[in-house]
Amino acid sequence: MSKAIPELKQYDEAELDRVFAELEAEVAAQSSELTSDEAMESFRLEWLGRKQGRLGQLSAAWLKSAPAEAKKSLGVRFNRLKAQIEEARTASVVTEMKATGVSLDVSLPGAAQRMGAEHPLVKTMAEIVSVFQRMGYSVGLGPEVETDFYNFEALNFPPNHPARDTQDTLVVAGQDAKPLRERLLMRTHTSPVQIRSMLEQAPPLRLVIPGKVHRNDAADATHSPVFHQVEGLCVDTNITFSDLKGTLDHAMKAFFGSAVKTRFFPSFFPFTEPSADVQISCIFCGGKGCRKCKHSGWIELLGCGMVDPAVFASVNQRRVEMGREPVYDTGKISGFAFGMGVDRIAMMKYGISDIGLLYSGDMRFLEQFA
Amino acid sequence: MNILTKWLRSYLPELAVDDRQLAEDLTLRGIAVEGEFDAACGGRLYEMDITTNRVDAMNHYGVAREAAAIYDVALKPLREGIGAAVAETKPGAGFPVRIEATDLCGRFTARVIRGVSVGPSAGLIAEYFAALGQKQISAPVDVTNFGWLAMGQPTHVFDLDKIAGGIVVRRARAGERLQLLDGTEKTLVADDLVIADEVKALGLAGVMGGWESRVTEETKNILVEAAWFDPAAIRASSRRHGLHTDASHRFERGADFEAAPLANHLVTRMVVEQSGGEVVGPLVDVVVSEWAAKTAQRKAISLKVSEVERHLGATADGLGIGEAVVAQYLSALGCGLTQSSEGEYAVKLPSWRLDLEREIDLIEEVARVYGYNRFADTLPSFAGAVRELPHALQEATIRETLRGMGCTEAISSTFTSAEEAEVFGGSAVAMGNPLSAEAGMLRPSLAPGMATMLAHNLHRDVNSVRLFEMGTVFEGSTAEVKERVGLALGATGGAVATALYKSEDALFYETKGAIEALLRKFEGEVGFDANALPGWIAVGRGARVLLGGETVGVFGELSSAELQARKLRQPCVIATIDAQRLFETKLRQPMSREVSRFQAVERDFSFVFPDAVTWAAIEGALRGGSAELKMEELRSVRPVEIFRDAKGRSGDQTGKQRTPTGNAGAAGSYSLLLRVVFQSNERTLTEEEITRWTEWVVAQLTGLGGTQRA
Repeated sequence: MSKAIPELKQYDEAELDRVFAELEAEVAAQSSELTSDEAMESFRLEWLGRKQGRLGQLSAAWLKSAPAEAKKSLGVRFNRLKAQIEEARTASVVTEMKATGVSLDVSLPGAAQRMGAEHPLVKTMAEIVSVFQRMGYSVGLGPEVETDFYNFEALNFPPNHPARDTQDTLVVAGQDAKPLRERLLMRTHTSPVQIRSMLEQAPPLRLVIPGKVHRNDAADATHSPVFHQVEGLCVDTNITFSDLKGTLDHAMKAFFGSAVKTRFFPSFFPFTEPSADVQISCIFCGGKGCRKCKHSGWIELLGCGMVDPAVFASVNQRRVEMGREPVYDTGKISGFAFGMGVDRIAMMKYGISDIGLLYSGDMRFLEQFA
Repeated sequence: MNILTKWLRSYLPELAVDDRQLAEDLTLRGIAVEGEFDAACGGRLYEMDITTNRVDAMNHYGVAREAAAIYDVALKPLREGIGAAVAETKPGAGFPVRIEATDLCGRFTARVIRGVSVGPSAGLIAEYFAALGQKQISAPVDVTNFGWLAMGQPTHVFDLDKIAGGIVVRRARAGERLQLLDGTEKTLVADDLVIADEVKALGLAGVMGGWESRVTEETKNILVEAAWFDPAAIRASSRRHGLHTDASHRFERGADFEAAPLANHLVTRMVVEQSGGEVVGPLVDVVVSEWAAKTAQRKAISLKVSEVERHLGATADGLGIGEAVVAQYLSALGCGLTQSSEGEYAVKLPSWRLDLEREIDLIEEVARVYGYNRFADTLPSFAGAVRELPHALQEATIRETLRGMGCTEAISSTFTSAEEAEVFGGSAVAMGNPLSAEAGMLRPSLAPGMATMLAHNLHRDVNSVRLFEMGTVFEGSTAEVKERVGLALGATGGAVATALYKSEDALFYETKGAIEALLRKFEGEVGFDANALPGWIAVGRGARVLLGGETVGVFGELSSAELQARKLRQPCVIATIDAQRLFETKLRQPMSREVSRFQAVERDFSFVFPDAVTWAAIEGALRGGSAELKMEELRSVRPVEIFRDAKGRSGDQTGKQRTPTGNAGAAGSYSLLLRVVFQSNERTLTEEEITRWTEWVVAQLTGLGGTQRA
């Protein structure tokens, strides 16, 4: 295997070019024949073997006897030759794999990666909240067990008022001995957070309030005793009804797309005046009329209105009881509030036919949202 | 409630728009037409959806009044039309009426008609009722229903001959019994208001008339009643006796104080038209002045035109709402406007609109009639700061981390049964009016809901489940409820056995791994402790979860009792973690460490240990380090393979490349393949060093009671 080491007579450039050209030609010739493991190994041993390898022997012999001024030039040439040998080895490995490897059935499914799914309600709620955060709203949260004061009284639902009938309430046991305003119940809407926030902060105020709410409703395909709302509150000097309209129109376009139109209808909520229901042009048919919008071209989406002065009055009164300034002066301060059902929006957006699925923990349903 | 446009138009002779346009314009003003159909009497039938605060508009005349305001057309006055005064045709004294309960009854009108012959109704009543699908009963009763549909004032007709003496409006006597028109007999309480004669109760005021004094085919003489009652009293009576009637619906929301005499005239005239007879004597009209002052004679309220603009803002046409528009709309709705100063009016409120009390109510009326969609879309300017929730990042991190590990988020019921609350929480707060027995308590833990969801899936042959839920849990008492945010993980099926974990144990370790990965996102050392576990966890198959030395959760396999209770046949692992505590914990800030340029050296050690020697003891013995082996150089210590006695258990791992054989897995012991990695950041390790360290490792392991295998 080992070949004789030719003696180098001269170390000028021309001589070096000549002998290295020969060596490179030899490597090139062998490279084309590296088709088996054996050939590869003998090629490696011949050139790179630790003891017998020609590269090591040549460099040892020549560098030793070379004059100092030629050593650098010689070194460069050896490096180039070594690179050529390495390249030949690498290239042949690739060639060999191409030749002998079994091709893959790329149509087989990829190895399964289990991804957790985002809950459609959590996702929808986060998207709505994010629209308002981008409009300068801070997030507000509050407890799910509330007192009658925050859930009703402060929101202008007087005791025994018929408006309370519309919100069948789940109450905590053992409250009869307490004064009405202190009785505990499951909040029927996220609106109590509006009151809590106004008690803590002076205007200006911009809040978006997501949360879970409860009503004593029999469960069916569109009703659940547990559901979710997002509310908003904006209070400052000179907040107007046209600001409410503009804000919600903008928010609906941000959420559903810029082609969506809004329209407002008079409605009634005890804690807002004027009150409105808002419809958006049907997101499925663009307003032409389809099954989803019951051929009306419109979908009812949220309730809203200007904060009723009675609400500000409650807040002021309570602030005074708490030793705070009654800063919600209805002569200067005004505001608007709005609220929407997250479940309904998620059901509409994702084509969910039964609200109960949202609370079932059914993997077959939930994994569709991964 | 349904409206016939033909009937409606009888009050609006000038109305030019067609029925379709009328429906749309009404709807946009909050008098919503939900459905439209051709009416049998001609014109259209509207199905109305009117908000509860607008009881005044839940009748034909009320809707006509709205249309008149919208289109600025004339509305026939009630007083000159259907409510025009009826003169007596036979002289007589006024019927005796005494209001005893003046705090509950504000007005009572009565009129006597004698000599009727009761038969079916005819003419307009029959035509309209047929179109509306309203049942015809007898002419006098149909007339009262006609009056109700026409102008929204409940009225009643009595068989005059069943009345002893005169009418007394009084509180019921406790225990007094009364048979009502629907045939039921009620036992009254002292807070019920009744219409009585000198002897007995005749009807439950404002709710339902009595059986005894009802008009029948034999009735010859009639007394017509139209009255006004205290809304709160009627609401209380109606609820107390479970009777929600048209009359109670109106009275409890406030009837028109001025409508009673008009409606009495309407009914009287039409009864005579339908059933003949003589109107005897004058209309008796007893008015309680205190109530009149609170309703029809309310003090005028002040309205500043500038306030209209301050609340409503800009209009789409840029013109804004001018003074003239304000005056026109409010007048059309029945308000009396007197200018008190520049840009300010004293507004006298209509008797039928008890929902109007304040300036803002008038502003709303202006906006409503003007049309909400004619206002501009503007955005408010804002000077405040946006505040992020303090735990927003922590919450998002929990969700992202768990989802990344294959857990799907779920939401379950807020409630649980008393039994489950006991098992999973120890104590819980009870609901006063629970949805069902299974939902009698506020959930003290997310674990029972998670168990329910795992069972839901397993019962539907979904055998591999990874869920998590983040939501409120409740503690405390019915006096004070405390809320925290909880987190639960639930897993069943699908766990893969490894060289370390047998298939029946893999689910536990998978969940443990998920908890570790989650908690490592937070500051504080993660630890586990197998002591002091709740009863719902199978013995020996769970652990408490520690963060920074504090218990933040617990997890483990559901006990066999809990599995059996849910008819489950495969192991389920549930973890509950105090998310609130995580919300209050700082997220760990990752710090970069230098990556060593020197080669790492791996050494494997194969040992047999008694079962009592836990991994914690082994790791602790090596992690303690020694004088010559610095912690920094002991890069990692981890188990690579564990083999236990396979007798009676699955998980035989023989055949794998590195499986120890020989005496491995003898009873009471297990064999462990341990991998230790040595590495320095400063130097290449020498053979001599590695040999020394290796010997030290062997000595440590032997010291624990381990036996090195050849």
